Amino acid sequence: MAATLRRFHGLRLLKSAPALSLQQAKNLSSAGSWASGNKKLIGALGAITGGVGALIYALEQSVQASGGEVHSPAQPWSHRGLFDALDHQSVRRGYEVYKQVCSACHSMQYIAYRNLVGVTHTEAEAKAEAEQITVKDGPDDTGNYYTRPGKLSDYFPSPYPNEEAARAANNGAYPPDLSYIVSARKGGEDYIFSLLTGYHDAPAGVVLREGQYFNPYFPGGAISMAQVLYNEVIEYEDGTPPTQSQLAKDVATFLKWTSEPEHDDRKQLLIKVIGILGFLTVISYYIKRHKWSSLKSRKIVFVPKEK
Amino acid sequence: MKVIYNTLFKRTSTYAVAIIASAFFFERAIDVTSVAIFEGINKGKLWKDIKGKYE
Repeated sequence: MAATLRRFHGLRLLKSAPALSLQQAKNLSSAGSWASGNKKLIGALGAITGGVGALIYALEQSVQASGGEVHSPAQPWSHRGLFDALDHQSVRRGYEVYKQVCSACHSMQYIAYRNLVGVTHTEAEAKAEAEQITVKDGPDDTGNYYTRPGKLSDYFPSPYPNEEAARAANNGAYPPDLSYIVSARKGGEDYIFSLLTGYHDAPAGVVLREGQYFNPYFPGGAISMAQVLYNEVIEYEDGTPPTQSQLAKDVATFLKWTSEPEHDDRKQLLIKVIGILGFLTVISYYIKRHKWSSLKSRKIVFVPKEK
Repeated sequence: MKVIYNTLFKRTSTYAVAIIASAFFFERAIDVTSVAIFEGINKGKLWKDIKGKYE
């Protein structure tokens, strides 16, 4: 061990410090006054923390090895990097895909039309989108409920009034709400993309019941959602060729935004945090050197009492 | 250095003013540069880059 360390660090790490400065460091430490019980407690806490961390890591690893489903490969998302924002043109196209395809069965009850303003749509466009839906409102002055066109403050309409209706219409399977689906599924947007593009015929030996389809990325393989994305299933308003993978990529990017609306702010804040913490680190280092300079350069001289 | 000490840091009143004023300028500088870096990295992907098409 010592030989390996020495190879990496040369002599610097292993060089014994002068006895005098070791003594000084010991004087400044507060651990010297701890009772032996305290030291044992601290040691045990450290060991437990490390052990639990190692256990969680090991469990996480073993979970990935179990189960029969295929793990979604990591795609080169344009927002994957530490500082990379979402591609808002893609988010806008993804909204088109959601509106024209997904929203037939999936609700998105935590996203309102006002959330689109300044992200994918201008205020006028978002108002126009909202006005396309009808919302039940009331009671009015006479106590009656009425319907009105949607406003910016309205949330996306749900295709079914409740979960039971959704199950009854879909062979007993419940189409999950898509608001936070990217955060709610292992693999995130990679999983969404792989699932939407991964449909194919069931291999021999896999038995599917009525209304089930085979998708290797879905846990268990048998999914109740049919393949919905095909080439040119919708048309994009900006003229992008609507291939299946393009549709899947755009809707996955849109769902990433609905799951993490703070995504861009967060990454912008990271730059700011690095700047401020970098500045503070430099200052702290300087102050440490400054305060220790007298401690490190002092000399203790023993002067015997003269008799 | 002596000038800075005598005019700003010596009295608590001027020292406090110096801290508050420098905090303001430091905050602005960090804000403006980090936003500029972020928008430089993500040029063409942000809403401000594409909103011209829809207005």
